[in-house]
Amino acid sequence: MGTVRIRGARPYGEDPTDLYVRDGMLVDGVDDPDETVDADGLIALPGLIDLHTHLREPGGEEAETVDTGSAAAALGGYTAVFAMPNTDPVADSPVVVEHVWRRGREVGLVDVHPVGAVTVGLEGSKLAEMGMMAASPARVRMFSDDGRCVNDPLIMRRALEYARALGSVVAQHAEDHRLTVGAQAHDGPVAARLGLAGWDPTAEESIVARDVMLASAAGARLHVCHLSTARSAAILRWARETMDAGNGFRVSAEVTPHHLLLTDAAAEDYDPVHKVNPPLRPAADTEALRRALADGTVDCVATDHAPHAVEAKDCEWPAARPGMLGLQTALPVVVATMVTTGLLDWRGVARVCSEAPARIAGLPDQGRPLAVGEPANLTLVDPDATWTVRGAALASRADNTPYEGMEMPVSVVHTMLRGRWTVQDGKVQE
Amino acid sequence: MTAPTTGPSGTGPEPTGIGLRHLLSTDGLRREQALALLDTAANMEQALTGRTVRKLPTLRGRTVVTLFYENSTRTRVSFEVAGKWMSADTINVSASASSVSKGESLRDTASTLAAAGTDCLVVRHPASGAPHRIAAWLDHVAHSHLGAEGHVAVVNAGDGTHEHPTQALLDAATLRARLGRVEGAHVAIVGDILHSRVARSNAHLLATLGARVTLVAPPTLLPVGVAGWPVEISHDLDAVLGGGPDAVMMLRVQAERMHGGFFPSAREYAIRFGLSEARADRLPDHAVVLHPGPAVRGMEIASAVADSSRAAISDQVTAGVHVRMAVLYHLLAGEDVA
Repeated sequence: MGTVRIRGARPYGEDPTDLYVRDGMLVDGVDDPDETVDADGLIALPGLIDLHTHLREPGGEEAETVDTGSAAAALGGYTAVFAMPNTDPVADSPVVVEHVWRRGREVGLVDVHPVGAVTVGLEGSKLAEMGMMAASPARVRMFSDDGRCVNDPLIMRRALEYARALGSVVAQHAEDHRLTVGAQAHDGPVAARLGLAGWDPTAEESIVARDVMLASAAGARLHVCHLSTARSAAILRWARETMDAGNGFRVSAEVTPHHLLLTDAAAEDYDPVHKVNPPLRPAADTEALRRALADGTVDCVATDHAPHAVEAKDCEWPAARPGMLGLQTALPVVVATMVTTGLLDWRGVARVCSEAPARIAGLPDQGRPLAVGEPANLTLVDPDATWTVRGAALASRADNTPYEGMEMPVSVVHTMLRGRWTVQDGKVQE
Repeated sequence: MTAPTTGPSGTGPEPTGIGLRHLLSTDGLRREQALALLDTAANMEQALTGRTVRKLPTLRGRTVVTLFYENSTRTRVSFEVAGKWMSADTINVSASASSVSKGESLRDTASTLAAAGTDCLVVRHPASGAPHRIAAWLDHVAHSHLGAEGHVAVVNAGDGTHEHPTQALLDAATLRARLGRVEGAHVAIVGDILHSRVARSNAHLLATLGARVTLVAPPTLLPVGVAGWPVEISHDLDAVLGGGPDAVMMLRVQAERMHGGFFPSAREYAIRFGLSEARADRLPDHAVVLHPGPAVRGMEIASAVADSSRAAISDQVTAGVHVRMAVLYHLLAGEDVA
């Protein structure tokens, strides 16, 4: 592997400096580098990590594959993604998680970490072979039935207890399904006027409240997926303030870029590109989520990148599948909602997009400081290069972006995974 | 960052004088547009009065397709009669929405009908917003390939729990005929507001026309987000009737809603929210009782009330034809064709 000099990059948006890479590590200098990259004006961040990606393989290859999803991730500045298990077959066994993990290695653009299912077939009734998935070469450390909630409180309690001994975290899709039968859009004025069945926010909040209690009692680690309401954030604050962490209890949470930017008003034209689970919320929640991310109540940003084939979206709203693309637009949306608004600086961006997710998922070689002796996982961002989103131009097989036609404030220019460029000048390096 | 706005609105630039390209909702329908539709409906009624052959040449050569994904007798027949009395060619297409995954997509069906020369697509669909989607798709195609000539007008004949704009127009026409006015009238709408497209269309249209609207229902049958509607809300039918409303519109309540926990029993519903004879007797003499039909007698309305002279239920059906003639006229014929 060659040596690289990255000239004039600004780590965390601070003073420009030169970064040197040798043998996949950041070093304090190299004589006569094989390659010199001019990074004048570019901001250097640790490679981004997405705890919540749907790569759709196996079974959903018409929407996304490990190849196309990895390319989208690298172009978005990611060096690691966590692939959710709601595939066909479900990733609820060592065979499937190992398959996904191997496919990720073959493609090699981003570290693909399979998330194992909590229950067999995501059916919520019988624990999946979590221990065997943890022991497989894929080394699964995060389990989730994402797309479905582990609705049964006893199964959830057992999963939390069992995962504790595996050093793993249970990532809950918090949605009491009894409260969301037929639900289509946030239960508020927009849904009322549009005649879309209301999605009660307490479906999420009541599960978050229940789960922090279960996890605290079990001394277990809970991660809340795509937290979407102000009250869910308040519950996390309350749990951390009142519940003893001495027994190993820890709770973390992610927010999606779309819940930071978009509101339920997006449903207005009935275009289901805006249909997502949990649904887009009112502006008051969006504001509260931004503040919660800034103050650390919500630990990190995760994309919930959810590609869907055109048939699943080019239809009437209730018939459409929920979900939207996110990998290539996540960082720009975080900048637009958090940096431009003054809520986070670039150190804060590194924290919520890289360091915190690495900590939650237990990745030892990702989300590390930009410092000599650390792995060379890097994202270089042009803070002034705007671009206009075109779904058809994104790397994903699907094109269901809610940001079509929107101008993004920053561009990912280069991405480096362990010393190798996966993206240079906005192009995937095969 | 700013998002571009896309998609059709119920209103838009010309072709017909009142600026109506599609009729997708009463929400957003302007007062002068609504009044023009009601005036045209009244003119249609006059034009037909006394004729032995009820046939106007207005829409000769135009093709109106009713595309119904839900069973409906009265609405479909009403549109079909409206088209035929204006000499349009009317074609009925029944489709099933149950096999969404296996059947032809809504978009393909709509595109096919448009390509086959349809001028107006009258759509009923169980999905809220389906007619909006169709209008957006067809506008997109027309815009890219066909120019103004390719415009296919879309009429919402009832979409899910969203709107049923021609029902609201015919209700307003009925109130106009019975009360002599809509502006200033107090109209109580009683029943399953949550699931009612009739209630949504009426709430907006009646408010636009200057009526005072009170929605009456248990909290379980009101949308959580109802607060922004231009209406008053009550959970007490007797209190509202005590205020002497000029009209009471009873909505159908499906008994199966009991199983969703919306109310305890048909009996309790009838007692608390049904329009019994005793309640009807307390109404002012001039007050009108409306029901969009089909009525569940003994549940939301007593038979004796439904059959009484204050009930305007058959007037509503008759007005429905004239209103739909007016809608097709404004969407399909220019002012010059009158």
